[in-house]
Amino acid sequence: MSTTDTEKDAGTRARRRARLTDTLEIDTRLLGMIGAFVAVLVVFNILTDGRFLTPRNIFNLTIQTVSVAIMATGMVFVIVTRHIDLSVGALLATCSAVMAMMQTAWLPQYLGLPLGHPMIPWLAILAGIIAGGLIGAFQGWLTGYMMIPAFIVTLGGLLVWRNTGWYLTTGQTIGPLDPTFQMFGGINGTLGAFWSWVVGIAGTLAALAVLWNSRRDKQRHGFMVKPIWAEVALGAIIAVAILGFIAILNAYQVPEGRLRREFEARGEVMPEGYTEAYGLPISVLLLIVVAVVMTVIARKTRLGRYIFATGGNPQAAELSGINTRLLTVKVFTIMGVLCAISALVASARLTNHSNDIGTLDELRVIAAAVIGGTALAGGIGTIYGAILGALIMQSLQSGMAMVGVDAPLQNIVVGSVLVLAVLIDIIYRHRTGKG
Amino acid sequence: MTPLVEMRNISIAFGGVQAVDDVSIDLHAGEVVGLLGHNGAGKSTLIKILSGAYKADSGEILIDGKRVEINSPRDARAHNIETIHQTLALADNLPAPANLFLGRELRTMFGFLDDSRMESETRKIMARLNPNFKKVAEPVSALSGGQRQSVAIARAVYFNARILIMDEPTAALGVHETKMVADLIMELKAQGLGIFLISHDTREMMSLCDRVSVMKNGQLVGTERVEDVSEDDILSMIILGKKAPEAV
Repeated sequence: MSTTDTEKDAGTRARRRARLTDTLEIDTRLLGMIGAFVAVLVVFNILTDGRFLTPRNIFNLTIQTVSVAIMATGMVFVIVTRHIDLSVGALLATCSAVMAMMQTAWLPQYLGLPLGHPMIPWLAILAGIIAGGLIGAFQGWLTGYMMIPAFIVTLGGLLVWRNTGWYLTTGQTIGPLDPTFQMFGGINGTLGAFWSWVVGIAGTLAALAVLWNSRRDKQRHGFMVKPIWAEVALGAIIAVAILGFIAILNAYQVPEGRLRREFEARGEVMPEGYTEAYGLPISVLLLIVVAVVMTVIARKTRLGRYIFATGGNPQAAELSGINTRLLTVKVFTIMGVLCAISALVASARLTNHSNDIGTLDELRVIAAAVIGGTALAGGIGTIYGAILGALIMQSLQSGMAMVGVDAPLQNIVVGSVLVLAVLIDIIYRHRTGKG
Repeated sequence: MTPLVEMRNISIAFGGVQAVDDVSIDLHAGEVVGLLGHNGAGKSTLIKILSGAYKADSGEILIDGKRVEINSPRDARAHNIETIHQTLALADNLPAPANLFLGRELRTMFGFLDDSRMESETRKIMARLNPNFKKVAEPVSALSGGQRQSVAIARAVYFNARILIMDEPTAALGVHETKMVADLIMELKAQGLGIFLISHDTREMMSLCDRVSVMKNGQLVGTERVEDVSEDDILSMIILGKKAPEAV
């Protein structure tokens, strides 16, 4: 009697929970991932006696994640179309070499631009992005039109591009990079408190506008809409998340010594009690822009629709008149461009280009996409999932380093988590019958 | 009267195999023509040439008496030829509206996908074709065979097909759903569409079709009006590859 009662209780509770997430129209998978992420953060915070969740460490965590996260968004498209890209780390190295050589050697020597010329960083970035796009397109052509499996094309690419980068720089470490260029790396380019709030508030308003618009659009077509309290709750959660994140980043103060040196460099004296916050790093802003653009492509454009349709059923896509070969070229081109953007962030963060930049990033990027729920069978994956995946991986790695876990054990844990995440995902999909 | 579609002397070979060998068939508006034959007889291949999935080695296609070139599924659609493939050709991971409009998405004035309008159009047409259809927002992998079939049919009907090709439309369906598809075929026929129907089920073909064309080993055995022949005659054409004596 009592057992049936508890079962019934559990049943109604489960139903109520299902109804709540349904009402809010929140993806339960997303909820699970956020839960896992929060659990990782809390556990490490306890293990480090509160040192893990300080503004400083959160700041570091975000700037360390950017490079992998940017590439992971592109990897979602690659994996969704049933391909793989093993060359992203190597491609990052080639793009980074191109950007480094452009600003330190080629532009000054061949175009006669003096070092420190204001156009140098921008031309270097442009050259890197073009290089990444062209190499990506080439690999996409080999895959899509020449029918060589992407696994082989990019496995070859891993060796080719890693060492093309080496040739371009004759193996030297190139640095220091242009100061403007370095602003995309993280700590050397932040918005400061005021502009961080401006971006945060603008972002919040934009997110609320999107929510409001989609509600109005649904009403116009006479579809069911969420109850107004659910909309308000969702909006409040989003606002708190964005503004809370900005508040944390703004709580990270620039060290006094550094500020004093900056004042001295300008020949001024630092006023007593002067403080300055780092705020939102430009690299993180770049990641947010990439994430928004990629999400819009995925959900609101034909390109994105065709990427998912082709991943779900390549034959159906072709019979619907979709040029799946050209689509493959486009997907790999996007991946290449994102590798170049990541190269910018990664080399700017290190303030120089070295030959081993991006080594093993292909594995981190694929792992981030997969932990984020991208199915290797194709057709399923989200941009926010991949970014969350990258965050979870980076948190694990940083957290373990902070706790003082042995290096080999760190990798054993990360590897196990990857497999475990996929297992949980498989069980989840099986239970809910989704995917 | 000029036929809606004429396929004349169509041949296609894959490697050394002559999959379709000098076959001619035609279809009039408001008519259902069935294609019968064993597996590998060449029915699906012949029809895929009309739907643009394959290109014939020789022969010509005429629509309304005018010669046309069909080199891709897009070309076929441009001539109002819609195909419901044996494999249904649905992207399982996408919901019904995305599948219905795949390759012909409705867009907003900024060029973005207009999902709300596509959803509302889908609801409208599904209300007509299959009133039980409710799962508009879920991936089609969550749908039953009949519901999936109605998505495939809706896709063909929505875009004002004049020529409809149905390859085994009832193969995966239960009795009730088969009846639903049969009713739909009759309705579309009454609206003046020309329909090519491929099936293994001779009895079903006898009841749905006006004429049947029988193929064997890539060649056309013959085309008969269903009222002129018995089911046994058709079976002997399929099996023996020649017309039964009494039908000659």
